[in-house]
Amino acid sequence: MIRVQAEDFDVGAEMAAMGGNDVGALASFVGLVRGGAGDDKIGAMTLEHYPGMTQKKLAEIEAEARTRWPLEDCLIIHRYGRLEPGERIVMVITASSHRQAALEACAFLIDWLKTSAPFWKLEERASGKEWVEARAADDQAVEKWAAKK
Amino acid sequence: MKLLYFAWIKQKIGIAEEDITLPDDVATLGALVTWLKSCGPGYEEALADLAVVRFAVNQDFAGLDYPLTDGDEVAVFPPVTGG
Repeated sequence: MIRVQAEDFDVGAEMAAMGGNDVGALASFVGLVRGGAGDDKIGAMTLEHYPGMTQKKLAEIEAEARTRWPLEDCLIIHRYGRLEPGERIVMVITASSHRQAALEACAFLIDWLKTSAPFWKLEERASGKEWVEARAADDQAVEKWAAKK
Repeated sequence: MKLLYFAWIKQKIGIAEEDITLPDDVATLGALVTWLKSCGPGYEEALADLAVVRFAVNQDFAGLDYPLTDGDEVAVFPPVTGG
């Protein structure tokens, strides 16, 4: 299931709500807004997205994970709007019979999401506002999964 | 054709979206980019370095050789940074 929303979510409640008759393992990832350190701390971050495409790409990512691993259930929540340090941005939960599929699918989903879901982060610092640049390491993380397929 | 702009591309161009009539000689995304760059200094600046620009046609990523028709929705944005 995919949810793109401005509101926060309850990690425990989302984990408890995962369905499936033969679930033996839940794996999860939660991404938070980093505050940074030193004189150039991040005051807040605004996440912009492309609504129609976001839903479509996240659904494709979920479908791809389900073809690769035997998942009983799968949830991706991604927030948009203005968020302050410590706030939750994203959550991925995967449910499977065994831990390996749940853990691998969870890692795959977050790696894939970072490079193909149309979100952009604008950081607010004392020195001004700046769009976050994409990282080569994120592309490499996805290439690793492509090689494994 | 509907054009959508996001993040700093939107800021440089100055608008979030616009409807245009696709010129007859614009048949691909690459040709659209060339045409847009002639539409004003904001467009020229936003599209100056295509290494940091990505495109989607009808909500799927597309390369510069992608063929266009007038009913398409084309989005122009920087590399994504979600998650």
